[in-house]
Amino acid sequence: MTRTPRLAQGIGQYVTLIALLALLLLMLAPFGLVVINAFKTPTEYASNGPISLPGGLYLQGLVDFWNRVDFTNKLVNSTLISLSVAILAVVVSLLNAFALGIGRVRGRVLFLIFFMVASTLPHESLAYPLYYFAKFVKLYDTQFSIILIFTVIQSAFGTYLLSSVFSTFPREMIEAATVDGCNKLQLLVRIVAPVSLPSLSVLFTFFFIWTWNEFFLPLIMLISNSKQTVPLAIAILQGQHNMDATTTSASALLGILPCILFFLLFQRTLTRGITAGAIK
Amino acid sequence: MANKSASANQTLIAVELHGARAATHERTSLNRGYAIFLLPGVILFLLVIILPFLVNVGVSFTRWQGVGTPRWIGLANYQQAFTDTTFWASFRNNLILIIAITVVPTIVGLLLSSLLFDYVARRFGKSVSNFFRAGFYLPQILPVAIAGVVWGWLLKPDGAVNWVLNSVGLNALAHNWLGDATTALPTVMVIMVWFQIGYPLVIFMAALQRIDPELLEAAAIDGASGFQGFIHITLPLIRPEIAVVILTTTIYALKIFGQIFVLTRGGPGTATMVPAYFAYQNFFEKFNVGYGAAISTVMAFIILLLTAAFIFAQSRQEVGSEAWT
Repeated sequence: MTRTPRLAQGIGQYVTLIALLALLLLMLAPFGLVVINAFKTPTEYASNGPISLPGGLYLQGLVDFWNRVDFTNKLVNSTLISLSVAILAVVVSLLNAFALGIGRVRGRVLFLIFFMVASTLPHESLAYPLYYFAKFVKLYDTQFSIILIFTVIQSAFGTYLLSSVFSTFPREMIEAATVDGCNKLQLLVRIVAPVSLPSLSVLFTFFFIWTWNEFFLPLIMLISNSKQTVPLAIAILQGQHNMDATTTSASALLGILPCILFFLLFQRTLTRGITAGAIK
Repeated sequence: MANKSASANQTLIAVELHGARAATHERTSLNRGYAIFLLPGVILFLLVIILPFLVNVGVSFTRWQGVGTPRWIGLANYQQAFTDTTFWASFRNNLILIIAITVVPTIVGLLLSSLLFDYVARRFGKSVSNFFRAGFYLPQILPVAIAGVVWGWLLKPDGAVNWVLNSVGLNALAHNWLGDATTALPTVMVIMVWFQIGYPLVIFMAALQRIDPELLEAAAIDGASGFQGFIHITLPLIRPEIAVVILTTTIYALKIFGQIFVLTRGGPGTATMVPAYFAYQNFFEKFNVGYGAAISTVMAFIILLLTAAFIFAQSRQEVGSEAWT
């Protein structure tokens, strides 16, 4: 409520807005450059540089890269892994949190600390033994190994998020169900899970995207080309071949697009979830 | 945040520590029969996390190439690390990266969120401030490896950044940004700031929503400037969120791997070496598995220490209940 003259205030607010827009444009410039150059011919790039708009929609760079890495296969792999992890990790989180948050089993604080410590450990300090065990039980270079590992890693986070949500679960509802003769499994499946569906969907979304974006453990575990995920395949090809500029931007665009799609699909859930993750 | 399985809400444990004391009193027969539901989770955790972690600690006391029998050498790997300049360089770089991943994004996030929430949203409407929030958050949705590919492409000697510099007559500034030891780390830092800004912004904007606007208005009537209101009212009230952001991003910084792998592989020399990549190198490129295990154990130890300190600080603070429910 400072007493600035109206006019100055009016100008001031537009100056602020324009400054913010300039900052935002700078932040988004990398995305813009990737998009325009993905649709250029290599000769166009060579003669006009990276800033000019493409003369037409040249799709060959995208198509070539798609075929070169068998991008359909990478999409299928990433979707299979992320979807399996999201479903399984939600189930494991739900079971753990049911015992800890609703059941308040003895030693729950110790269990929560156990799960939290498990989730903060750097993957590097697990990687070699996991790699060695996986080889030993013939799970090395299988997508199952990655699904199993990330189910556990993600559900550590899910366990304490859900446990905290469940600690405020209406006790009357549980008591009423018990009086009606519900056993524990029925209580979980018929009462607790349906009521907490919004929290479960937040977890599902997060697990899916986090797993999609993972890099270090997939890099170690998925050695054959046909098993690799989208980020892994793109990053590795980047390192191996000296690709021309337009092919690289085509590959980057293919890596970005699924994430933009998730972002648009799940925007509401994500904002709700990020804040829940911080506070709850 | 792109990699937030580490987005550990350690804060929760602190709350639980309080709750548990109260809970022991109200334990009734209702609470029996739940332990069985923990069984699959606990078994999976022992197999996939606890056992590998302990084995890794064990391996760190041995010399092992990954084949044959590991040979017990006691603390020799740790002694070697202590005098290894690459080891120290990797942790020094890590400390410097905390500036780009934690310090700068937290400060910029505080200022931006306050600007968007208290100024832009009021004058131009919520949809405008939400638009900015989504825009600044966009880099966060990328897999770190893809973000690395994008920036590696922009920063190549003949890439877009140098092209722009040349075309506006700043040829002198054009540079092999990632290939020169003096500019590699600062360049990675700029990329990390770009990548990280959105995370604190989103958290802080949510935090600001629970501040009663009347508080700031009352302060303004009493003659406080907008900036004073921010320092004396807003900051103390959102301290829990600031603490969470600082902890999670610091831990994230200590674990950074993907960007380094794609952009520089720790080079040139050790200019951008970080512990995670150094451990990876020893495991899978140099086959010094014991030494790699020692490096990663040191990493894990530092991270556990940070987490424990945070839980301790939070549970001592008697976290304001309104912030947590």
